[in-house]
Amino acid sequence: MADASINSYMTGPDEQGRFGLFGGRFVSETLMPLILDLEARYEFAKTDPTFWAEMDWLWKHYVGRPSPLYYAERLTKHLGGAKIYLKRDELNHTGAHKINNVLGQIILARRMGKTRIIAETGAGQHGVATATVCAKFGLQCVVYMGAHDVERQAPNVFRMRLLGAEVIPVTSGRGTLKDAMNDALRDWVTNVRDTFYCIGTVAGPHPYPAMVRDFQSIIGKEVRWQLAEQEGAGRLPDTLIAAIGGGSNAMGLFYPFLDDPSVNIIGVEAGGKGVDDRMQHCASLTGGRPGVLHGNRTYLLQDDDGQILEGFSISAGLDYPGIGPEHSWLHDTGRAKYVSITDAEALEAFQLSCKLEGIIPALEPSHALAHVMKIAPTLPHDHIIVMNMCGRGDKDIFTVAKHLGFDMKI
Amino acid sequence: MTRIDAKFAALRAEGKKAFVAYIMAGDPDLATSAAVMQGLPGAGVDIIELGMPFTDPMADGPTIQLAGQRSLEGGQTLQKTLDMAAAFRKSDNTTPIVLMGYYNPIYSRGVAKFLVDAKAAGIDGLIVVDLPPEEDAELCIPAQAAGLNFIRLATPTTDAKRLPKVLQNTSGFLYYVSINGITGAAAANPADVAPEVARIKAKTDLPVIVGFGISTPDAAQGIAAIADGCVVGSAIVKDIGAGKPVAEVLANVAALAAGAHRA
Ligand SMILES: Cc1ncc(COP(=O)(O)O)c(C=O)c1O
Repeated sequence: MADASINSYMTGPDEQGRFGLFGGRFVSETLMPLILDLEARYEFAKTDPTFWAEMDWLWKHYVGRPSPLYYAERLTKHLGGAKIYLKRDELNHTGAHKINNVLGQIILARRMGKTRIIAETGAGQHGVATATVCAKFGLQCVVYMGAHDVERQAPNVFRMRLLGAEVIPVTSGRGTLKDAMNDALRDWVTNVRDTFYCIGTVAGPHPYPAMVRDFQSIIGKEVRWQLAEQEGAGRLPDTLIAAIGGGSNAMGLFYPFLDDPSVNIIGVEAGGKGVDDRMQHCASLTGGRPGVLHGNRTYLLQDDDGQILEGFSISAGLDYPGIGPEHSWLHDTGRAKYVSITDAEALEAFQLSCKLEGIIPALEPSHALAHVMKIAPTLPHDHIIVMNMCGRGDKDIFTVAKHLGFDMKI
Repeated sequence: MTRIDAKFAALRAEGKKAFVAYIMAGDPDLATSAAVMQGLPGAGVDIIELGMPFTDPMADGPTIQLAGQRSLEGGQTLQKTLDMAAAFRKSDNTTPIVLMGYYNPIYSRGVAKFLVDAKAAGIDGLIVVDLPPEEDAELCIPAQAAGLNFIRLATPTTDAKRLPKVLQNTSGFLYYVSINGITGAAAANPADVAPEVARIKAKTDLPVIVGFGISTPDAAQGIAAIADGCVVGSAIVKDIGAGKPVAEVLANVAALAAGAHRA
């Protein structure tokens, strides 16, 4: 399956910011000097021990890393097959993996002398993480959020405002993550001197996909030593599973294992109401084809004329018609496999996690868990699955209550 | 020599500045936008920029975003835009047409096929906002080989070190974006733009046309005076969006063109 001509899956992107056909720098001229500058500053920071010392300190004392790698015993017994571990990134400060990346970008922004931070957000987790770190460092923070998402993720909107961020509802398009990203890019071309654009996933023009991946890779790096600690030296996971919106929590888990051929890698896209030609889903790899949007070439949901289609998912964090370019490449080379899970399956997984493990998951990792539920029973007891529990579900209880017909007005 | 090169040679001979007008193809519907396009040369427009609608126009402000939405809702496609240009060419074989838009609809059609079709439709040049010099291999180089001009944007962030790279594969003219921002934003002050244009003209013989933020005849005159011409987009698109009759849209275009030609 995996492409035999590739010696390593960990060398990308190339000088052009490409992962094979995917990635690149498809931005207007106004932004080009900015992303070249960012690339140079990031390349320098990457090899600067003081940068990583600052990251490590904050990861430990502010975020609470390392996050536990937790053997989900009752879930394992219930499914009756593979041994299931959950990487508990939902226990991070602010409740999701998003802050891993935000810390890196904000430290970089400070070193670049930027005073104003902008971000796009879907579920609001990236917006909350950005608002949080900006509050900590006294930076101005502006978050673009689709008007539809503002409505379905109200608790996160209030959190961001409490943290001092300005939340701007975006009404263009269908008012979801894609539209928020458009408006964040429009802000950036208008405020080029003082503003740093803190992108929340492994998408956007080079160097963002690589930079965000590098910051999120702490997830997979921890899994490697944590699993060895619990299962014996050298024991690698057999299967990694993570949900994919843009793909940052997934890249963070997958990347450190790309060159371990025994590790199966599975990304789970949002299947919405089902992946068919009615486009009521967000499964870019399963239902899209290569195109150019938001600075990179990647698989996109689009019509025959190259117009971008609106995705559909119960989960605001997965509601994006694209996917990070590195995933497109891992898909085409066969190194990783991508599947989709419907809203209904995710809701079922959400409830199972609550009941069996006492963990209220976000709707995003509920998609990953739904796929674990599908495959775990078919695998032997000594097969180890590590799933990224990348966010907690507090933000989603209103949505879930609505779908389960539960009246929240007590 | 493309129609663009011929147009600038003629303007130079007359000692006139160029007036470039942008409209969105298919806005608010195909028939109206075709009628506006037909009337542009008579209103004094030297070069037509024909917008190709895209769902995610990252460099555009609300006015042109909405124009694109109207156009797409009316069923506009890249094929219809090319057909519209071809129809225009039947009665006007000199006014240059530059297609302006974003890369994905072109990439989706296939670059090679797009270039053949665009050339056949009488298109003279392309402005593709999300293709910087770093991505020249995608469309810029093939377009020049197919005999189309590839017109690049330079911006206030294009510094002296970067300028040669921007100029390298540009042809037809250089489009100087007078502000950091999106279309339809605040107007630029000619006094601020003049040294920038001079800085660029010191490095190229190409005509330098200035756009973004120009909305009145006086502003068109002021900007055209310090460059080789100016572009007006949002101000015209706003009239079309407000549902003004074609004759009124064209009368306003004529006033803007007269402003630029006074320079
Ligand atoms: C908990 C959680 N998981 C996943 C995602 C999707 O993003 P990504 O695919 O980049 O991890 C989000 C986005 O908001 C999120 O909040």
